[in-house]
Amino acid sequence: MLDKNHAADIFQRIRKHSTADEVEALFFGTNSALTRFANNTIHQNVAEENYAVSVRTVFGGRTARATTNKLDNESLKRVVQASENLAKVQQPDPDLLPLPEADKSVRPTRPSRYFEQTAAINPQQRAEVVGKIVSAARKRGLTTAGIFSTSESVEGIFNSRGVAEWHAQTSSEVSITMLAADSSGWQKANSPNVANLDPATLAEVAAEKAQQSAAPREIPAGKYTVILEPAAVLDIVGFMFYDFGGMAILDQRSFLNERVGKKLFGDNIDIWDDVGHPLQSGAPFDGEGVGRQRVQLVDKGVVKRLVYARGTAEKMKHSEYKDKVGPIEPTGHGFPLPNEMGEAPMNIVFGNTREPRTIEQMMASTERGVLVTRLWYIREVDPYEKILTGMTRDGTFYVEDGKICGGVRNFRFNESLLHMLSNVEEMGLPVRASGEESFDMVAPAMKVREFNFTEVTKF
Amino acid sequence: MKDIAAWALNVAEQQGASYADARLADDRSRALATKNGKIGGASDSESQGIGVRVIANGAWGFAASDDLSRQAVEATAARAVDIAKASARVKQHDVQLAPEKAVTAEWTTPFQIDPFTTSVEQNLDLLLKIDSELRSVAGVTLAETNMNFRREESWFVSSEGANIHQAKYTTGAGYAAHAFAGSEIQKRSYPNSYGGQWQNKGYELIHELKLVENARRVGEEAVALLKAERCPEGVFDIILDGSQLGLQIHESVGHPIELDRVLGMEANFAGTSFLTLDKLRTLRYGSELVNIVADARQEHGPGLGTFAFDEEGVPAQCTPIITNGLFTGYLSSRETAHAIGANRSGGTLRAEGWNRLPIIRMTNVSILPGEKPLTREQLIASTDHGIYMETNRSWSIDDKRYNFQFGCELGWEIKGGKRVRMLKNPSYSGITTEFWNSMDAICSRDEWVLWGVPHCGKGQPQQVMGTGHGAAPARFRNIKVGSAYSGN
Repeated sequence: MLDKNHAADIFQRIRKHSTADEVEALFFGTNSALTRFANNTIHQNVAEENYAVSVRTVFGGRTARATTNKLDNESLKRVVQASENLAKVQQPDPDLLPLPEADKSVRPTRPSRYFEQTAAINPQQRAEVVGKIVSAARKRGLTTAGIFSTSESVEGIFNSRGVAEWHAQTSSEVSITMLAADSSGWQKANSPNVANLDPATLAEVAAEKAQQSAAPREIPAGKYTVILEPAAVLDIVGFMFYDFGGMAILDQRSFLNERVGKKLFGDNIDIWDDVGHPLQSGAPFDGEGVGRQRVQLVDKGVVKRLVYARGTAEKMKHSEYKDKVGPIEPTGHGFPLPNEMGEAPMNIVFGNTREPRTIEQMMASTERGVLVTRLWYIREVDPYEKILTGMTRDGTFYVEDGKICGGVRNFRFNESLLHMLSNVEEMGLPVRASGEESFDMVAPAMKVREFNFTEVTKF
Repeated sequence: MKDIAAWALNVAEQQGASYADARLADDRSRALATKNGKIGGASDSESQGIGVRVIANGAWGFAASDDLSRQAVEATAARAVDIAKASARVKQHDVQLAPEKAVTAEWTTPFQIDPFTTSVEQNLDLLLKIDSELRSVAGVTLAETNMNFRREESWFVSSEGANIHQAKYTTGAGYAAHAFAGSEIQKRSYPNSYGGQWQNKGYELIHELKLVENARRVGEEAVALLKAERCPEGVFDIILDGSQLGLQIHESVGHPIELDRVLGMEANFAGTSFLTLDKLRTLRYGSELVNIVADARQEHGPGLGTFAFDEEGVPAQCTPIITNGLFTGYLSSRETAHAIGANRSGGTLRAEGWNRLPIIRMTNVSILPGEKPLTREQLIASTDHGIYMETNRSWSIDDKRYNFQFGCELGWEIKGGKRVRMLKNPSYSGITTEFWNSMDAICSRDEWVLWGVPHCGKGQPQQVMGTGHGAAPARFRNIKVGSAYSGN
């Protein structure tokens, strides 16, 4: 695997090839494998090793990027030239900041996210785990589909002002769908440490959901109390966090236009961005090498702060919005430059629930409602009211008098996040959750009143 | 390149593979973007590597590497075989491939102007000129433009003797104007949303799109939407413009006909399909006017799904998908063809890059235009009361592809054959087969455009693929409108 010393050597070669005022090199790559199964068979089984360097050059307010996965001298020379050629033809941007200098402040020591045990998993071990999942399916007369993946990856950034950041970590992930004749169940988990995964339990829970939701009946669309499992919560709320960047306000494309400092959600909603949280993952620096700060985005339902890349913070300080957006400072959430998006918080952690409830406790307090395992194909209907549409999937249950009363046909929802997060009646403890529509986060299950189902599908 | 591939095939066979193929690729792309008068993005990218796919002990394995040294390529091939042998520990039956004649061939996208030879300075000047036009309209609060080029050169060789060299060029461009006021954000895009129009063409596409000429109108429409009335809720006849109909085809025809979905191979992520095998040649998918093909051949046009050979060496084909309303075909591969009794793959196995396993993907899934001359304006003129909708804003469909909901950027109420008022936030929803059976008119060839969908996601690890969708404006009767805003 590419390591920091090798990357540093490559960066020195890049500097020699460059005629730019300033130069930055972003390194990324992976050695990954994914075993995929369906119909109780491993049907796709892949592995990849690929490392790349992305070079950004700067000439007096002009910048551009070029990327290659060939790390020999000729390729490095070519990629530097490509970056310079793209940069030189531009008009200077007076807002473009010089590259950042190395952050000399002492950062908190954080436990490594690299686990040898995860990196060492081989195809036979993945097949063995899948074999056990298939056995669990067969035992119940079900069919299973899913993945078991493991990887080691690197991310690093060097620049001509002395930034030299490096992050290596491992990842592992299991996702399991159990299929019955007319129903299905699903579970997913991931962790940097494969030892934290429990595929056998995930398989059992998914199978239980498939069997419990058999012969789903149709109940009419309408507003229901829903219990959203953590994966469903993260997949829907994930759509709002791109609006928590300062650039989104400067562009006037954010649902937080004119709303920072206002109470948008219920008293029970606290949200942080915290890369250092023990259940989080990823590098502790952003696309310019600036350290990621812990930022409280929402405090008791009030949107308190935005996150900023360096350049965005500078622009915001001189903008007409500067007095309406709370504290303005670089927070280490910028994407690699040049980009149009600016920044976003990508390590979301919901605050600790004051009176956490289990899913069972949430059901017990529900007279009539719907338990949702997973949401699917979520898209934004209205960018300012933050209305999202999507479907339920793989385990949707009717709850009556505190108990599951069988499966129901899947619903389409059209729900405003402003409305949803104002109507959270109960929550679970935040857990590391993983879905398919949004990035992973530390999120709780939620019981939400008046969730807006608008249509019912055929299954 | 052929020598490098041969190293992989030799080692794969030595290690026990009964079948092997290797795909080397050299992928180059350029992305330029502006935002509110400044450069939003300027980047070049290149990626080279090899992907080796094998069958050993009756099961699949795949490994890919960016290192094209002999040692690394041979290790990658051995890794693929090791993986295949592990796969064989959890299998129901051996993989069987439909026969395919191995060929030696060369193919390049026909183009007039190699986009990579054009001046970056001029490209950026064009985007900034569009940006300036958009922002010249009072009320436009955000202007974004983009221009993208890609060249994918690949060499495919197989243990059966195939040796295919292809070079595919893609060009795309578009822009959007946003307007924020009060408590809403409106947006208009051109020529299509989410990156504009994309085709397998050279820079000549940029000239054809009339980008600057349409910019002011697009900006004005974005601002006008702020004051337009909201699209009413109810049941209406609707007319969809070609780009929206293209996405409707993509979601409610293109995905459900993927045979891997039908067979459960995508059940964990992309989902399955309502088009179970018993529905082939029995299901009334649409009205008599609905004729849809999956056509990867050059003669269909420069779509993002146009090629000479797919990524297991099967020649491009045209498969009738819906014929006079009857469901007649799936998208298939060499592994899946037997499931529908076919003795040959339909040639739809495609990979995002050298580091991804090819899977069944849409090619150009297109609705054929009406045979009788009919323009969009004539179609509107023949509609007593309805809603015309243009340019996608949101899209969602369930994991079996029954229930869908689409939102569009702009609507017009039609009364007595005339557009009487602009409508904002139009949306419609329905059930796939009910919707297609309600189509009672489609415009003719002059209105037909082969639209590109450049960012279709599928597979684990997820792969992004470009697909083509030829479509002309069409009318659908008695469609549910407006439920996206119902209750909010």
